[in-house]
Amino acid sequence: MSDSPNLRRASMLVPGPSSAKVAGALGFGVPAVDRWLKGGLRRDGVHEFYAPSDGEGAGATAFALLVGRLICDATLPLIWLRTNRGNRNERPYAPGLAELGIDPDTVFLVELAELADLLVATVESVRHGGAGAVILEMQGRARPFDLTASRRLALAAERSGTAVLVIRGKARPVASAAHTRWQVSAAPSPALPANAPGHPVFDLRLLRQRGGPEGLHVQLEWNREQAAFRTPLYGDSSAVPARGTEDRRRRRAA
Amino acid sequence: MNKLPSERRYMAIHLPFLPAERRIADGAAPPDTPFAIIEKQRGALRIVALSPAAAALGLEPAMALADARALVPDLPAFPHDPGTDRAVLMRVVAACERYTPMVAADGADALVLDLTGCFPAAGWTQETIARDATARLARLGLRGRAAHGATPDAALALARFAVSAAEDLPVAALALDAETHLALRRAGLRTIGALRDRPRAPLAARFGRELPVRLARLLGEEDRRITPHRPAGTIRAEHRFAEPMATVSPLLDVIEHLAERLETRLAGRGAGGRRFDVALFRTDGHVARLTVTCGRPLRDPPAIRRLFAERLESLADPLDPGFGYDMARMTVPLAERMESEQPDLADGGKGRARTDLAPLIDRLTVRFGPRSISRFHPCDAHLPEYAARAVPPESDTCPWPRPEPGEPPLRPLFLYDPPRRVSVVAEVPDGPPRRFVWREKHYRVVRHEGPERIAYPWWKHPEGCGPTRDYYRVEDETGQRFWLFRHGLYGRESDHPQWYLHGLFA
Repeated sequence: MSDSPNLRRASMLVPGPSSAKVAGALGFGVPAVDRWLKGGLRRDGVHEFYAPSDGEGAGATAFALLVGRLICDATLPLIWLRTNRGNRNERPYAPGLAELGIDPDTVFLVELAELADLLVATVESVRHGGAGAVILEMQGRARPFDLTASRRLALAAERSGTAVLVIRGKARPVASAAHTRWQVSAAPSPALPANAPGHPVFDLRLLRQRGGPEGLHVQLEWNREQAAFRTPLYGDSSAVPARGTEDRRRRRAA
Repeated sequence: MNKLPSERRYMAIHLPFLPAERRIADGAAPPDTPFAIIEKQRGALRIVALSPAAAALGLEPAMALADARALVPDLPAFPHDPGTDRAVLMRVVAACERYTPMVAADGADALVLDLTGCFPAAGWTQETIARDATARLARLGLRGRAAHGATPDAALALARFAVSAAEDLPVAALALDAETHLALRRAGLRTIGALRDRPRAPLAARFGRELPVRLARLLGEEDRRITPHRPAGTIRAEHRFAEPMATVSPLLDVIEHLAERLETRLAGRGAGGRRFDVALFRTDGHVARLTVTCGRPLRDPPAIRRLFAERLESLADPLDPGFGYDMARMTVPLAERMESEQPDLADGGKGRARTDLAPLIDRLTVRFGPRSISRFHPCDAHLPEYAARAVPPESDTCPWPRPEPGEPPLRPLFLYDPPRRVSVVAEVPDGPPRRFVWREKHYRVVRHEGPERIAYPWWKHPEGCGPTRDYYRVEDETGQRFWLFRHGLYGRESDHPQWYLHGLFA
């Protein structure tokens, strides 16, 4: 009975714990990373992306957006929530999104003045379940985003199957209910002819993984045409995931 | 005898002592004592309004305060405050929307209601409405005189001059200039009744063409429709409570009930509401209004209930039922065609995604305001800052230009608007940047690409000609990528071109 085509079609129209979303984990397609993550990032989890100390640059935001785009399968809507205070007129720029390979048409931007309101809106968006991923961008200490708030997000994410990607700029890692926590910054790109800046490269450190190892340090380059991450090729030498002891020292932030 | 042009029924309420009575109600003046409201007119203090006790002593508006004090020494006087008086009058106008949506203020001290067709539905008669209205006004401390007529002018004149028939009205009810009134009185024409039977043409020839028109309106021969204070929604439902509702908790049930009653009406038209208004009439005349808007036509009562729940939660001042609400009305001021077929599945799921998100977007919009949520819309503009703009989330989708295959991103993810001034060291004045300082931090450029020259759109501004911009994509030694431009061509447009940071790349 459940195989009736009418029923199946009807179920596709019902919003909620999304039937269209693929269950399981989002693999990066880079074996070293996917092994470390035991397959990939949970699609119904909370993932945090910290920009290092004085986080200038758009690295962490871009990485979260790209992860969101991969989780969304490029067609489900992406909800991007941010405060419109204290970011010094730094506006998301749609042509830049398109240049990264994210269709600006699928992005809904929610900008609010108060962080408390932003958290309410985020939980609402996650609970609704219609979005492929919900991106919460915060700058500075963001006191209202405490352990309770992140737990609420994690519960909502598990219930609705929506990924929550939290970007923390200008902030030090704090305790939270996140499934993974990353430190993301820009890394030098393999130069194009005439020493032009190349494709975006991200320097990633896995600071925490719930129920899994941490300390992964890797650089990933975004390939827009294939919509995939790969390890960047710098001229003659290929980058090897670096796992120095110094990384272990700073990995336990929370 | 009475040639009624239509079957319309108007009721006018005149509030002769509004400025004085609102001061008494506010506790600013003692009741039952004579006092005056005064204003300086052409150098002299003149009386604008009087308290009922002062009027009973024979004082009249337009008297000089000095003359009045000759009659009543120590007459207290308050400065005239037309703004507050007007606000009180508009409150009364809003409260009278409980009888009919067609309510308009007239002058500074009267209002007129179009009661046509209002009686059978609500079980009122024009007398019960007049009684109810004056009783409610009395509770606010306002003395109101109500009168009915077939035209708004007739009703207003009867209320203002406190007479029962149009024939008994003084000629001043014509509301023409004082000279005409004086001339009419000199001619022995003191009442409207005396004017009624005269041939109109000689009257018009002597006193102007306005006079027969005004006369016809007073006599109920010619109608002048009123412009209501608030445009009436044609789709509405209302609910009167047997017992005033003193708590807000049942309100959502009431709203859902009203939405259920509207649902069939909307469905009958094949429409859904894009905006819903709820007016809550309090027993003391206050009217609270709640409005929600939604991104797509809606008529599902539970969904409407959820939107109002969101609106109630987001109110800065919670609703204060005071002595209780005794009536609620829901109107749909904006309705649109609503397709009942299922959404098109052929567009790659994009349209479906939007439909799925609509309830969420509506809720966020109601709670945080329409400007908090947006989508991007491409614009065919030359300058980067105008190449995209924010549009409401329900706007149509549109295709974006596809990026050049194989190229890295050529446009930044974040744009500064306006661009940030930075100081740049370049090897040669028109060369690429080598180093720059931004927010007191030094950046060493290790890779660059450019310039990409973007000229000022001179074709749009024939006389104005702005500097050309030379854009560079640069990367510093840590891998951060920036979009910088030099403003003005060296040597041709500027000797010391300024540099700006316009965006940040991933």
